[in-house]
Amino acid sequence: MRLNNQVGYFQIILTLVLAMCLRVVPLSEEMALLNPDWVLLVLIYWTLKVPERVGIFYAWTFGLLTDELTGRLLGQYALAYSLIVYVCLKFHNRLRQFPFFQQGLFIFFCLLSSQLLLFFIKNLQHPAQLHASFWLPVFTGTLCWPLVYGFMHFVSLFRFIK
Amino acid sequence: MAVIASTILLVTEYRSSQNEVRSTLSVLVDPLKYLVDLPTSLVEHAARFVITYRALKLENERLREEQVIHQSRLLKFEALEKENIRLRALLENSFKLGEQVLVAELLSVNMAPYEHIVVVNKGTRFGVHPQQPVLDANGVVGQVFRALPFTSEIMLITDPNHAIPVQVNRNGLLTIAMGSGQLNRLVLPFLPSNADIRPGDLLITSGLGGTFPQGYPVAVVDEFTAQPDKAFATITATPKALLDHNRELMIVWSKSAPVPLITKSITDKEDHADEVK
Repeated sequence: MRLNNQVGYFQIILTLVLAMCLRVVPLSEEMALLNPDWVLLVLIYWTLKVPERVGIFYAWTFGLLTDELTGRLLGQYALAYSLIVYVCLKFHNRLRQFPFFQQGLFIFFCLLSSQLLLFFIKNLQHPAQLHASFWLPVFTGTLCWPLVYGFMHFVSLFRFIK
Repeated sequence: MAVIASTILLVTEYRSSQNEVRSTLSVLVDPLKYLVDLPTSLVEHAARFVITYRALKLENERLREEQVIHQSRLLKFEALEKENIRLRALLENSFKLGEQVLVAELLSVNMAPYEHIVVVNKGTRFGVHPQQPVLDANGVVGQVFRALPFTSEIMLITDPNHAIPVQVNRNGLLTIAMGSGQLNRLVLPFLPSNADIRPGDLLITSGLGGTFPQGYPVAVVDEFTAQPDKAFATITATPKALLDHNRELMIVWSKSAPVPLITKSITDKEDHADEVK
């Protein structure tokens, strides 16, 4: 696992951009409620995989871009992402040893806390009401984690020019 | 480092009116919106190419018929407009004339659930600015919510945070229509149970508030339930505009200043008409 230094910036940025595209892909109204936070999933993957490359800077930058993309108040995704990625950086050594199920649980709590933060910020902006479906992306995100993991592992096997 | 980043963020976050940062960032992000839209628009283009000759011919005939009908209606409209101006002049009332429109195309991008905000492909480069009214061929769609250099975000009238001042076309009753969060539903929460409104009434923009020009169709009332024990009746309406399947929208510039000195402008116009003759 330590030999993954070959992972190029190209791959990292490409996958993050792809995740951002998935974030705003046009879906029916019901599906849109289920659309998980792809950017965060990809960020977590790269943080666990190459913590020396991807860190808070990436999280912050892509959080800011996601803010712009989804038309939120600037900075709320940036804040959530950088905090989550900070936690991931702290625990990445331990997390890599975790069995798959436990890792999934960790991802679940990451997504949950990110969503919670977003809700707090939204509430500060103006009191918002909470639908039960607001938490659905957390569950779908956790279910999508193996998928993301597999796909990203596949991508990281490619060698591009560094 | 995370703490520093987040403090910077919080500072930038609370200064919510920094438009430069947003527009520079949007230059980076906007290509993504176009990229996401690409498959949909490609399919649409392809569908346009593989249309049969017969279908084209039928459509052409239909459009020609429609055009004749509209043309004849326009003839009448012109006379009516003149008459209206004259009547208003009699009442010494000001009158707003003429709007300029820009056709913008929708980008199939899903911004966020719970919010009815769509993205179109025209932005500040085309002179679009926030709070401009947006229409389609059938009625009012919404207003420009945020104008970025290459795209702009439009809040639909059905967004839960949106309200539009309307008027019942039949009797001029003024009220406000709010979005309900469902694409085919508006609610009119501020009318008492004895209000003169019934299913089938057309709601048009009242022009109050200054954002929307007066007289455009907004919705048709479809349900009126009087609630004797409450102060207000529950009334719902269906938007006229095809909010969920329409790719062409019109962004409107309404002339902000009313036409000054009506009587004079009419006489000027008539003089001008004489000269032309």
